[in-house]
Amino acid sequence: MSAPNQSGWKPGTPVEDHNAMSGPDTVTGNRALMLEEPLLFEVGHVETTGVDLPEPSSAATRLGGMDRAEAIGLPGLSEPEAVRHYTRLSRQNYGIDLGFFPLGSCTMKHNPRLNEKVARMPGFADVHPLQPVQTVPGALEVINELANWLIDLTGMHGVAMSPKAGAHGELCGILCIRAALEARGDARKVVLVPESAHGTNPATAAFAGYEVEDIPATAEGRVDLEALKARLGPDVAAVMITNPNTCGLFERDMKAISDAVHAVGGFVYCDGANFNAIVGKVRPGDLGVDAMHINLHKTFSTPHGGGGPGSGPVVLSEALAPFGPLPYVVRDEDGEVHLVEEENADQYGHTQAFGRMTAFHGQMGMFTRALTYMLSHGADGLKQVAEDAVLNANYVLRSLDDVLDAPFGPSGPCMHEALFSDDGFAEDISTLDLAKGLIDEGYHPMTMYFPLVVHGAMLIEPTETESKAALDQFIAALRSVAGRAKAGDATLKTAPHYAPRRRLDETLAARKPVLAYEEPVAPSGQPTMSEQGGR
Amino acid sequence: MRYLPLTEADRSAMLETIGAPDVDALFSDVPEEARLTGPIEGLPMHASEMAVEKHMRRLSKKNLAASDAAFFLGAGAYKHHVPASVDHIIQRGEFLTAYTPYQPEIAQGTLQMLFEFQTQVARLYGCHVANASMYDGSTACWEAVAMASRIARGKKRKVVLSGALHPHYAEVVKTMAKFTEDEIAHASPALQAQPDNDGLIARIDDDTSCVVVQYPDILGRVTDLQPIADAAHEKGALLIVVNTEPVALGAIKSPGEMGADIVVGEGQSLGVGLQFGGPYLGLFAVTSQKHVRQMPGRLCGETVDAEGKRGFVLTLSTREQHIRREKATSNICTNSGLCALAFSVHMTLLGEKGLRRLALENHRLACHAVERLSKVPGVTVLNDSFFNEFTIRLGTDARKVVRTLAERDILAGVSLGRLFPDNADLADGLLVAVTETTTEEDIETLASALEEVLS
Ligand SMILES: Cc1ncc(COP(=O)(O)O)c(C=O)c1O
Repeated sequence: MSAPNQSGWKPGTPVEDHNAMSGPDTVTGNRALMLEEPLLFEVGHVETTGVDLPEPSSAATRLGGMDRAEAIGLPGLSEPEAVRHYTRLSRQNYGIDLGFFPLGSCTMKHNPRLNEKVARMPGFADVHPLQPVQTVPGALEVINELANWLIDLTGMHGVAMSPKAGAHGELCGILCIRAALEARGDARKVVLVPESAHGTNPATAAFAGYEVEDIPATAEGRVDLEALKARLGPDVAAVMITNPNTCGLFERDMKAISDAVHAVGGFVYCDGANFNAIVGKVRPGDLGVDAMHINLHKTFSTPHGGGGPGSGPVVLSEALAPFGPLPYVVRDEDGEVHLVEEENADQYGHTQAFGRMTAFHGQMGMFTRALTYMLSHGADGLKQVAEDAVLNANYVLRSLDDVLDAPFGPSGPCMHEALFSDDGFAEDISTLDLAKGLIDEGYHPMTMYFPLVVHGAMLIEPTETESKAALDQFIAALRSVAGRAKAGDATLKTAPHYAPRRRLDETLAARKPVLAYEEPVAPSGQPTMSEQGGR
Repeated sequence: MRYLPLTEADRSAMLETIGAPDVDALFSDVPEEARLTGPIEGLPMHASEMAVEKHMRRLSKKNLAASDAAFFLGAGAYKHHVPASVDHIIQRGEFLTAYTPYQPEIAQGTLQMLFEFQTQVARLYGCHVANASMYDGSTACWEAVAMASRIARGKKRKVVLSGALHPHYAEVVKTMAKFTEDEIAHASPALQAQPDNDGLIARIDDDTSCVVVQYPDILGRVTDLQPIADAAHEKGALLIVVNTEPVALGAIKSPGEMGADIVVGEGQSLGVGLQFGGPYLGLFAVTSQKHVRQMPGRLCGETVDAEGKRGFVLTLSTREQHIRREKATSNICTNSGLCALAFSVHMTLLGEKGLRRLALENHRLACHAVERLSKVPGVTVLNDSFFNEFTIRLGTDARKVVRTLAERDILAGVSLGRLFPDNADLADGLLVAVTETTTEEDIETLASALEEVLS
């Protein structure tokens, strides 16, 4: 092949930025440990396999005459090639294991490896969800033990364990609310959501059939209680409040908000994505919350895995618990744990369940990890988690608020995350530019442009698993990049300079979507790359 | 506490920088009466790694692991051998501890993997475009129904579900339909060798937004979907095909080849493992370019960087909740990224040749099991066609038989009574799944135990 690699890089492509480490171009496109990797479809071959399996026999099939005759187009790699392919790809990724990952609202804390070890124990990893319940008492105990922790930590009445992530949990909570309202013959139409809320909140409410209206905020970044009270009425099914909110602030009036909502017959949904800030310090149940999801992949340290999986159990108040979806776990008077499914809901008196949100029982592999984490920290350690998370965030806030605009800084301490705006940046420098500058300093950037209520928002969540030394180095780096942003340093506009890729053209990607690989069409008479095996 | 790096000296120095007397001052916005003063009562205090591991191992040991039994369960979750390198790769910290690739310049590993995954899924399903994953097969199924309603713009309100769709999937769709006000036409299946396709087709009318069929179906039967696709399209409805066993598609025609519009499924069979039901991997694909912008979930696309090098980004995100909020195509945010990686690595190790061999080996063993079990007095095999799972009738309540055999470490299958508790006609049915991990000895163990129990 004429091209030495498939990255699109060609020998002699001019490097537009001369500040970059200069040196000779390489034939391979690699730069020492920074290694290019072609697509699987360019290096694999449909006749290659990394798994030893018997030759198919010639016996007649009983596939109903539906035998697949056409080629599928799935290239394979031998094991050494596969391990290398994915190892090389992995090295183009940033992860918590590699460095500080202050992505606000996402709680990128250390993922303990004991959790991984436990999740892989055969009694958890190698059990089928429909095994006779007599063969899985330990699995039910895990679910129940975790359920008890969640109930105790939140001061709530019950918990639906099956939701698969935060957004799925939101849907579960809102559907419990809808079921409870319908059970009393009360059809309400509106769910109120603050503008600062995560996008999943309004999307969830709309999916559950509600009209979504904004809740006004105060200049201090909190729910405007008086304005909310003025809007409440018999058409409001629920309010969705994030607490601590996405500005990193505790909603001081939470109890008063709940009381006002209850007074008009509505319910309070709390987005618990930010529970890490308050675990062991305050219980949402004491603040009048009716339903709250908990992202086990945030507060309780299960890994994010490049986008998932997560787990989003929903704790429920006494008013909502009867409507929790199947499967549900209950403990009887003798302390025995039972799995409630369609076939035995009557027996356990859980007859008002609003339905089922997923096949099977939820994210067992996340339950074992989260429970392992809780047992490791204990009640005392989890309280320390919240305290250190909040301490770290305030340290970041106060170490930077002289160089970056902190819109809510003057109003008091923050919770687990520090929020800044782009106020004071040179005119043509944006939050995005600053973030890309941080990449060159070896950091994963903070959350950008969220929440929407702050211009050019930068939301920094350090979590409790960072040392002071790590924070000090980050603060020094961000102070420097912020200084460049204010001074209008043009090299920020072309950052990152040192990452595996320079800035990517997202407009092109959306305008002409290429969402799957297609083999290049070879000039007539020549075999295509896949026919040649890509080599 | 081993996961907390701050020392007491650090804490004091930091409080000084902040200008707070103590850490409680940072919680001053929490109303005093709600603030907890000490650790929550009734919960244990912190514990060593050794102690926690011991506790969890004790719980784990109480369960009967599939590999320690003669194992025949399926019904949407299958036990396959997962190569050791899959687990090694998904435990690399760069994959395991990354977030959603919002900063593409430092997330090309995840993004390129997703692009490869999307391509693999699209090809397996015979589709045009696949997304970057959903939670699991059942939620992918209702997202497909919701998408079909969106495409029908609320003008068509009826959803026709095949009786032979996994009953949990049907329950999830019905649950959501209570809130979206779609009307669901559904009944549990009859125990016949052939699915009632004519009956299904008869239920499709001008008000139908979509028809949902499972392939192979919940009883293990494999039939041509083209007539159903034609009937649906004639009425302007979409055909949604659900597949719960991706390995099958190494041996049987893809849904895309037979006229499906949306193909969804469970990807757990490859790379992910049983895990008592989750996390699993929802697969979601469409056959037509014109439906791409109605898809839920993340999509990874190819582009170039400022130096002209090829790279990948998340794209078409104006469909998604973080941009479109209440007008988004779905509320999904976190998906099943790491399970998608596991699936993709396993598929790469297999390749087309390996996948076909794996599929045919599953089928060969299933044929052997059908033959052997049909010789057991009292057992009748329902299926004419099947891939690696089939239904047998025992002439007695299958739930009881399952429990009895479990006492002998034989996990005989999934009783239809557990899946369809409301339909007594199905109570003697047992779904039996056979994969490459099943041995001929296991099959003999099951057959002779059934001989004993049924006599
Ligand atoms: C505040 C907030 N709410 C909800 C969610 C949604 O959670 P998930 O991604 O687990 O669905 C997130 C996470 O991204 C979040 O930050």
